[in-house]
Amino acid sequence: MDKDATDAGQSAEQTRALAEDGGTIRFGPDQPLRLDSGASLSGIEIAYRTWGVLNADRSNAVLICHALTGDQHVAGAHPTTGKPGWWTQMVGPGRPLDPAKHFIICSNVLGGCNGSTGPASINPETGKPWGLAFPVITIPDMVRAQAMLVEALGIETLFSVVGGSMGGMQVLQWAADYPERIFSALCIASAPRHSAQNIAFHEVGRQAVMADPDWRGGEYATLGVRPEKGLAVARMAAHITYLSEPALQRKFGRELQRDGLSWGFDADFQVESYLRHQGASFVDRFDANSYLYITRALDYFDLAASYDGLLAEAFRKARDVRFCVLSFTSDWLYPTPEGRAIVRALNAAGARVSFVEIQSDKGHDAFLLDEPVMRSAVAGFLDSAASARAAK
Amino acid sequence: MSPSEAAGREDFRAILGMVSPGARVLDIGCGEGALLDMLGRGKQVEGRGLEIDAANVSLCLARGLAVVQGDADHDLADFPNQAFDYAVLSQTLQTVRQPRQVLSELLRIADRAIVSFPNFAHWRVRWELLSRGRMPMTGVLSQAWYETDNIHLCTLRDFTSLCESLDLNIEACAALAEGQSARAINPQRPIENWRAEAALFLLSRKGLAA
Repeated sequence: MDKDATDAGQSAEQTRALAEDGGTIRFGPDQPLRLDSGASLSGIEIAYRTWGVLNADRSNAVLICHALTGDQHVAGAHPTTGKPGWWTQMVGPGRPLDPAKHFIICSNVLGGCNGSTGPASINPETGKPWGLAFPVITIPDMVRAQAMLVEALGIETLFSVVGGSMGGMQVLQWAADYPERIFSALCIASAPRHSAQNIAFHEVGRQAVMADPDWRGGEYATLGVRPEKGLAVARMAAHITYLSEPALQRKFGRELQRDGLSWGFDADFQVESYLRHQGASFVDRFDANSYLYITRALDYFDLAASYDGLLAEAFRKARDVRFCVLSFTSDWLYPTPEGRAIVRALNAAGARVSFVEIQSDKGHDAFLLDEPVMRSAVAGFLDSAASARAAK
Repeated sequence: MSPSEAAGREDFRAILGMVSPGARVLDIGCGEGALLDMLGRGKQVEGRGLEIDAANVSLCLARGLAVVQGDADHDLADFPNQAFDYAVLSQTLQTVRQPRQVLSELLRIADRAIVSFPNFAHWRVRWELLSRGRMPMTGVLSQAWYETDNIHLCTLRDFTSLCESLDLNIEACAALAEGQSARAINPQRPIENWRAEAALFLLSRKGLAA
């Protein structure tokens, strides 16, 4: 979830080797998006990037689904921040997802704030930003929009749909809703539903945003202000859940920013300064209402709920999809038992599933970092799936 | 002991002979996937694995195998009834916490189970204990008592009586010895309980149509 966590640099040459392309696709009023809430959105826009080249038989397309605060800039440099993509450990030349082999697609989710339609977009009926008039969206709604994009790109079957965290939930939703349109599915550090603790942390974040006087009932954009303080606090609280106790201790301990205590409420400890920085840099790149809508979509996510509470039923039609599920030992946001619940349901559905719990003390964000076991597991899974597909 | 990664192990060859082509097989404690690989090539089985070690699971993935990280004591419950034709537990039964429960789980999730284990009544084991008064260290029991993962060693006779109490059919049995090919035996004969260094059983639930 933390796109600032990546640390790999990229040369201009590497960026060219990525063969980056993309843009924003607009669906006309003839293609409205029916939402789970019952509302309908017409004229939606989906911003996306692609890397690599679609092969002749259109069998090498991979859709990457991003996490809560991620975006479509998975590999190439981000146009506004200039920072490298959020998953350069996994996507790029010589990486498990390689533009030399795969046609990689990543789109900004519906409800997002990086070019796809969301609460910061202009409501055609009022000519002003949607704000809270934007309909509540869900993970299945996001996936429906992705499916429209994939179809518009002329791809009948995705070779793989891949994602971590909220992206992993979209992967599971793809398997439930469009099993015939995916050959393999890779779900990392994710869960089949949001737990009470997950919802609780998100509620803290939303309350922080809404308690900021500059939030103005969600109308801040029209009024020319921004609830930066509230959003920063939301990000600070959430960021703790992406790390782990040992990782925080190792990185910061009780180290001070300066010699001696301030005997006041400045950021005495390095960990305080770090969190303040995380909060402050986040507000530059994220819209507060988007944060409310996307965290809501996550909280509403419960894949089994549409299947009488039986998760296995969600995967009943996905028996022919090759699945790989990964979790991390120190992830307490979506801990290993969540991954195991997915695996159990896939086994019960008779699907072909592999599962690895990766040793890491880096918490939930481990999926964004250089974890050699993750890298080799993903490469092994994708390469063998490619051979199996070629043999068909 | 964890199942050895040595491909071409004698019990692997014996297992290969027992499995019917195209069957659905779950290999519990599949290691680096050597047996599953062999079964896939030799018998075109639809194979799945359960393996405790993450690095091994990762190697299995690279081989194109579908393997779930987990162990026999805790994670067999995740598999539905009769999901497989065969469940294989090779040289692992003596290392699990609940061998009786694991054995009945095998025959819940699969129609047939293939189980191998070292025979603690082999004459060399008996002799070591009798003559030296120490925990035996033989070819198949190669580690000192304080190092070994073997916590539930049993004899051929112990195992056949467990099968009886669980109401399981013994469809076939073979004696295994290092460097020799498997030898079909009648496990009920007392002499085999002296002679077999290790044994491999093909089990099924009573009442299963052949």
